[in-house]
Amino acid sequence: MQRAILILFLLLLGSGPMILSEFHITLLNYIGLSALVALGVVLLTGVGGLTSFGQAAFVGLGAYATAYLTTATELPGWLAWAGGSPWIGLAAGLLLTAIVAWLLGALTLRLSGHYLPLGTIAWGISIYFLFGNLGFLGGHTGISGIPALELFGHELKSGRAFYYVIWVMLLAAVWITRNLLDSREGRAVRALKGGTVMAEAMGVDTARSKIIIFLIAALFAALSGWLYAHLQRFVNPTPFGLHIGIEYLFMAVVGGAANVWGALLGAGLITILKQWLQDLLPKIFGASGNFEVIVFGMMMVLVLQRARDGIWPILARLVPAARGSRVAPQGDALPRKAMPQSGTAILDVRNVFKRFGGLVANNNMSLTVRAGEVMALIGPNGAGKSTMFDCISGVGSVSEGEIRFLGERIDPLTARAIARRGMSRTFQHVRLLPNMSVLENVAIGAHLRGTKGVLPAALHLERAEEQRLLAEAARQIERVGLKDSMFEQAGSLALGQQRTLEIARALAADPCLLLLDEPAAGLRYMEKQTLADLLRKLKSEGMGILLVEHDMDFVMGLADRVVVMEFGEKIAEGLPDEVQRDPAVLEAYLGGVE
Amino acid sequence: MDLQIAILLAQDGITNGAIYALLALALVLVFAVTRVIFIPQGEFVALGALTLASLQVGKTPGTLWLLLGAGVTVALVDLVQALQRGSHRRMPRIIAWNLIYPGLAAAAIFLLKPAEMAMPLQIILTLMLVVPLGPMIYRLAFQPLAEAPVLVLLIVAVAVHLALVGLGLLFFGAEGSRTPAFSDASYKLGGIVISGQTLWVVGASVTLIAILYQFFERTFYGKALRATAINRTGARLMGISTVMAGKLSFLLAALIGALSGILIAPITTIYYDTGFLVGLKGFVGAIVGGLASYPIAAVGAILVGLLESYSSFWASAFKEVIVFTLIIPVLVWRSLTTHHVEEEE
Repeated sequence: MQRAILILFLLLLGSGPMILSEFHITLLNYIGLSALVALGVVLLTGVGGLTSFGQAAFVGLGAYATAYLTTATELPGWLAWAGGSPWIGLAAGLLLTAIVAWLLGALTLRLSGHYLPLGTIAWGISIYFLFGNLGFLGGHTGISGIPALELFGHELKSGRAFYYVIWVMLLAAVWITRNLLDSREGRAVRALKGGTVMAEAMGVDTARSKIIIFLIAALFAALSGWLYAHLQRFVNPTPFGLHIGIEYLFMAVVGGAANVWGALLGAGLITILKQWLQDLLPKIFGASGNFEVIVFGMMMVLVLQRARDGIWPILARLVPAARGSRVAPQGDALPRKAMPQSGTAILDVRNVFKRFGGLVANNNMSLTVRAGEVMALIGPNGAGKSTMFDCISGVGSVSEGEIRFLGERIDPLTARAIARRGMSRTFQHVRLLPNMSVLENVAIGAHLRGTKGVLPAALHLERAEEQRLLAEAARQIERVGLKDSMFEQAGSLALGQQRTLEIARALAADPCLLLLDEPAAGLRYMEKQTLADLLRKLKSEGMGILLVEHDMDFVMGLADRVVVMEFGEKIAEGLPDEVQRDPAVLEAYLGGVE
Repeated sequence: MDLQIAILLAQDGITNGAIYALLALALVLVFAVTRVIFIPQGEFVALGALTLASLQVGKTPGTLWLLLGAGVTVALVDLVQALQRGSHRRMPRIIAWNLIYPGLAAAAIFLLKPAEMAMPLQIILTLMLVVPLGPMIYRLAFQPLAEAPVLVLLIVAVAVHLALVGLGLLFFGAEGSRTPAFSDASYKLGGIVISGQTLWVVGASVTLIAILYQFFERTFYGKALRATAINRTGARLMGISTVMAGKLSFLLAALIGALSGILIAPITTIYYDTGFLVGLKGFVGAIVGGLASYPIAAVGAILVGLLESYSSFWASAFKEVIVFTLIIPVLVWRSLTTHHVEEEE
């Protein structure tokens, strides 16, 4: 059904120039140009969670670069070779945009939360005023006389001739974006929205993922600008101002910012509506001006109040979803790291302090974990166990002391670097991506076991590796007993199963040390038995396991050694039997024995 | 540049900076209480200035239609809600504030000839027209989204800004307006000429800031706003209505915006879309203060005014480029010094 609609859409699109009037061709051309920018916004804002109001500035860079190079009569000497050709103009525009976007990204992408969109407003305005005030760009009057594109010896002078260029490029961009999102790099990008702590702990370089989508969005915008310049054959600063940048964001939000097709839908709706309102409103009000912004503004408020996910999901619900492949992916096993010799100490925490202001959450903590053993860390609520986990896995920093993993000091390292060395963890409060399938969530755990980058992913040249990664994820899902839920959305699982999912995700990283934060909480009796069996098996394979858990039957049946914490300090350490008889432990748990 | 010019530019910068400081305070206030990054703050500046200008030349200010329209919409929304919830007792209040009050304002404009009034009365009339728009906008755009993430609220704020700019163009047209100065006097101080308007602007800003300080420190409503800013849930548990707090903070923002507009109108020509850039410069100041500290925000705003004034002397075409590029290092500095907590959706 979905495929049939897509084919119908492509056929209609393809036959457009044969049947449509000049007016409608022009409209479709502008929809295509806007959709290209909005597609970038979908990737950046809808998927990656980075809001940008400034995309119009990148459209301007693409447009002005080619306009200047193809029209300037006196290019500076070092640039003379680049004059005259729209294709060199395209390359120059993309290069310039990439450089500017990289600089802006390096500066502003580290901004947290709402500071980033404010930053995009700032540079959106700055770049717009630059266009209007640089003499060699023609100031506010702009540049005219831009040559038409030439393709296979034909000059593309009419909108009709340009139509296919625009739509082929747009559909190529849609294809690339969809490919990218359905890949190892894409999962990292999709984790940016609400999952950066988890992604970093799985070894994802989230800063890199951010800059990648920022660059792609900027390059799509620049490409749109280049097309615009050669279609219009005239540029001035007006279409590159902040208000147009806001419009691109609106297109994505109205259409449905989480889906690539939302960009096309939103661009179509807003462009047609704008056209219609620009005719209608001046007649109603008896004055000329951009009154359509009144309607856009109010519409936007309503959309965000009533249908925050945009219109695409509402339409998509009308069409029965194609049942995607439900067969567990098969593939060759990934290479595994060598496990350390059973019994050797792999983790060594020495005199670690962690202070939050005046509060000492970890006070002079020391513990070791050996390969092939389960070390349990227990203690009443608020004893500092999860803080200890965060220190060890690099999610939090250590105030004082030293942590060694496989003989190497890791306390100054980032979570990402520690994950790379063979440590993997679960979280006390589950951190997963609720809208992604169980399989994809677990595959994030295997992130570091793939190497293919953005370009192969965008062109889907990494399918062999992808298949192996997914097969590995499927194996771990089967191992923890979630096989039946492999294709469910992770958010639809019960809490206990979500915890189990986190274990599968950690295992997909091929760790030699596994940190489990309350893995049995929310599990039923039988599920706990299964989990205990799995942990015993992992132990026998030589994995070291550090376990925080409140279920004492579970802990005492499983642990080789136990460390007890209270108020951030270690109060006891030893074999399970010894610890259970320790007066300090009884005091902490039961309030003392008479 | 000689000393004379430097001092003149400084005077200019401080005058504008005082206005930016007022706006920065309003932005900090609105953000702290409602988590809304209030991009439309500048629109109230334009509305205040243009309304006063219309009144002075005897035209019916377009703000009146805006007030009537917003009033009717709020009344409809609230009445429907009150009916659905069966809370009939709220209805007279809804009608009084959203239908009768705008009606009275309309009567006042048509019956009393505002153009012949004394300036203070004209200013009061302007405020009566512009300020109620603040809470009305909060009711329509933001109240239904009070629990939404900051980013959604920001996009809504941008949408409201767009709608207001369009409405400004519709009701006031594309021509700019300028109002007569509060005072034509100028004072000589050791060879430096200080204009009366500068003194008015700086004096009024300082007075307003002092009043706001007293409001937050001494009055019950001020303390309620502060409580909401610190902890919404906690404030709610103590019986402070977050809806009331939201509306009150928007009312103050509208008041500060309109007053800023009235103060700045004799200095520069105000167009329907001037407010946006003025408001954004207030923003740069607010961001220097991390959207949290009032005094630092005010100092930041004065610095923006000075920077703008001196850059307009050296590179007037690039004035806006310089001011808005400055925000980026400031933002980077802010986000490096504030502790980052991931926003879970």
